[in-house]
Order: sequence, then C-alpha cells, then structure tokens
Amino acid sequence: MSEVQGTRARIHIRLKPGVLDPQGTAIARALSGLGFDGVGDVRQGKLIEIALAETDPEKAKAELEAMCSRLLANPVIETYTISLD
Amino acid sequence: MRAAVITFPGSNCDRDLAVALEAATGRSVRRVWHADTELPDVDLVGVPGGFSFGDYLRCGAISARSPVMDEVRRHADRGGYVLGICNGFQILTEAGLLPGALVMNAGLKFVCRTVELEVANGNTPFTAGYAATGSVRLPVAHHEGNYVADGDTLDRLEGEGRVIFRYRDNPNGAARDIAGITNERGNVLGMMPHPERAADPRLGGTDGMKLFQGLAAALG
Repeated sequence: MSEVQGTRARIHIRLKPGVLDPQGTAIARALSGLGFDGVGDVRQGKLIEIALAETDPEKAKAELEAMCSRLLANPVIETYTISLD
Repeated sequence: MRAAVITFPGSNCDRDLAVALEAATGRSVRRVWHADTELPDVDLVGVPGGFSFGDYLRCGAISARSPVMDEVRRHADRGGYVLGICNGFQILTEAGLLPGALVMNAGLKFVCRTVELEVANGNTPFTAGYAATGSVRLPVAHHEGNYVADGDTLDRLEGEGRVIFRYRDNPNGAARDIAGITNERGNVLGMMPHPERAADPRLGGTDGMKLFQGLAAALG
C-alpha cells in the first residue's frame, strides 16, 4: 500500500457483551495461572489502524463509518469505536 | 440439476464439491472465480469450504464482499438454490444471506472428526435424500464453527423449521446444537459439516452423497 499523508485512525472492535469469547477466557485463566489474583472477566478485541488521505475529520469519520458497516465489523457479534489520532 | 461451484482465494474444498456434484448429477459442474461478475444459468450454486482470504479479519468476511456474491444474492432472490459448506456457511452469514454468525469454537481448538447429526428437518430439497433416516454421519473440520444468533433469531429458526442439521454431540458450542440452517425461503442452506468429504465409500462414508443425490432428484 502507498504512503498516505492525511488522517490516522484507530478502529477498536469488540465482541458484544454476551457473545462467548473463548480467547478472553483462556487469557483470564493464563493470568490466574501466573499468580495474578483478582482477574475477572477478560475480553479480547481487535485494533485496526488505518491511514487515510482524507484530511477533513468529519469526512474521514464518515468514510471510516462506512468501512466499519460494510466490512470491518460484523454487527451480529461486534461493536466498534472509531478514534482519530 | 445444473450446478456451479465458486472458488475464492484459499478455497480448498471446491474441487471435492464439484466432483461430488458431478457424481450425483451426471453433469459437468461449472467452476466460477470469485472475481467473476456473472454466474452461469444453474439451479445450485455451491460456496465451498476452505480458508478464503486466509480467514483474515473474520472468516468469510472478505469473500462475502467478492464481486460474485452480488450474483449469488440475485440467484437466491430469484429462488435459485445455494449451498454453503463450512467456510461457505461463514461466507453466507457474512453476506447476510443467512442470519447469525460463526465464532470461535467454545473449546478453542480446531475440531476435525466425524460427527453424528440429527436431520432436524427432512422435508426440504436439501434433505430429500435422508427421508428414510433421522441421523447422518459427516466430517467436520473447523476452528470457527460455533453458531451464534440472538434468542429471537434462534426461536424463529426453530419455529420455522429452518434448523436442518443438529449435532448429537456438539463439537464447537454452537447455540442449540445447530449445525446447519436455511434462509426464510428455504433455498439457501449453510452447514458446518462437509457432505463432500463423505461422498465416496473410499472416503469412509457416503452419507454426504445422499445430500447431493436428494437435491439433484428434488430439483430435477
């Protein structure tokens, strides 16, 4: 991909509450095994960093929203938050 | 029955599916590339298993936006039949052709074994070959086969007879032991087990072949 000078954004994707997260459960168990007491629920999400040519924050945000709803997140099981750097 | 099978980058069950369909129908099967923007005039489109686009982002997510999927959607809207197996099931949910989603197996492990399934609805073209039996044995091989949907969707699927196959010994944590479902109209089936891998006695079973033969007989 080419170098893009414009907006840098982060999209944080989380499993919806109630959707079983076996990876989070495995992490919680591993932390307890290492002696970290008091670890409760652990949820694993994903972070997608995107460089955009768009410099206008509003337009960038609209474009990122479209990316999330068309591909990046699955609304059946996931929620997302978009932040601009 | 005329059939086509789509190949995505990373599909690895496309040839097996085509071979099984050719054996069941006695007709050659059209092979379609994911970037194609036309489908041949067929009765059934097969969306095969594999690891399309390396399962990146989410299993089936990128394939679901492949150009050919617009044609698959049109085919289904016209009443044409669609069969998605394993990654194909994931692709169909990601494309919105089937409700719900497939997430990581509850046990975290990739499961690869033969499982016993209850034919939960034997009164569909997809299950016409199982009229005499309530139970079939098919292989599963997946890491993200845990079917999830909200409670209302699950109730509707069950109430409308759209749960087609159910695990007798759930290998992945799927809600209500669901192994395969159809869309509302009943012409799109998604299933995690692999009928094409049980379509020849040399593969250890022919329960899968009955699905293709029953479908071929039902669709003419």
